[in-house]
Amino acid sequence: MLSKKSLYVVIVGCGRLGSFLANRMSSEGHGVVVIDNDETSFNALTLDYSGFKLVGDADEFAVLKKGRIDQADMVIAVTRDDNSNLMVSQIAKNIFHVPRVIARILDPKRGEIYRNLGIEIVCPTLIEYDYFTKLLEKPLSESGKGNEL
Amino acid sequence: MNILLVGGGKLIYFLSRSFISKGYRVTVINNDRDESTWLARNVKATVVYGAWTDPQILMEAEADTADAVVAITPNDQDNLAVCQLAEMSFHIPRKLALINDPDNENIFIKLGITTVFSPVKILSNLIEQRFSFEGITCLLPVEEGKINITDVVIQDTFPVVGKKLSEIDLPDDSLIAYILRNDTPLVARGGTQLFAGDHVIVITLPENHGKALKTITGEMM
Repeated sequence: MLSKKSLYVVIVGCGRLGSFLANRMSSEGHGVVVIDNDETSFNALTLDYSGFKLVGDADEFAVLKKGRIDQADMVIAVTRDDNSNLMVSQIAKNIFHVPRVIARILDPKRGEIYRNLGIEIVCPTLIEYDYFTKLLEKPLSESGKGNEL
Repeated sequence: MNILLVGGGKLIYFLSRSFISKGYRVTVINNDRDESTWLARNVKATVVYGAWTDPQILMEAEADTADAVVAITPNDQDNLAVCQLAEMSFHIPRKLALINDPDNENIFIKLGITTVFSPVKILSNLIEQRFSFEGITCLLPVEEGKINITDVVIQDTFPVVGKKLSEIDLPDDSLIAYILRNDTPLVARGGTQLFAGDHVIVITLPENHGKALKTITGEMM
């Protein structure tokens, strides 16, 4: 990280990606709160995770407030539900004016539509698509297993 | 008028029936296969089965021809997404969203969805107003209860009996607007005296509703 300043990060959704990000940001010395409505999802956090865990539905305003989203430097919305991610990130951006808001949107059709709302959108499907396209453009001989048919 | 209803359950069924009976054209988007089949058989609406907020499904439901969209799914995040898609991708002029968590009302408004209704708020207001007192009827909550218009029948035990309106110390921003005496409406003026049996039409705000009624009835609400 460029600055050594410790950030206050709210991560919504503690799935594979959420827990991974929470572990990593916590180990980098940032203050982390991770929110998920399934308590067992916190099992994915490592033993040295030093942030907070908050059980609750992030669509509920009271839960976001409890996570002190109003003071966050960064909000990352990575639940399985695109609409939840969109709502949480819009609340963070437009109501609490959180400086940096990133949302994962699985549906590429909707990623495009929401791109102009001031939220950084990560669409895994598009990223994979780009990556696969590049792989497929490579001639077979370069891909390491050059086995001409 | 073309109305696009998004959601499920009894609400969708009865709403579609009611809109159709008024002559509107109704399209329903429902995300449950069995329910969609059932709806298609029982309601004269076009029923599209699919994810509520999938742009492709909205396209199939001809969202671009809708005059109004009504989002009444059980999830606030889905209702928000439906209305925002309706706005950004299909330019539907009127958007209505149901809000489950009353806290979300202000959020939706700030995010640009201005017509929202919260059943929890409407019901709890109604219930409180109905149960408050015998002889007191809430006639009309304006804008979901931002202003209340209440009909109070003056009993002879009330402290205001025999008093002129100018002598009654109602809280600020509340008002006795009309008096119905023997079915004759009188405009309330400072010099008008109140008698037992009068119906007074009181206009209040939620914050002074209880206080205003206490001033008139002398009892704690």
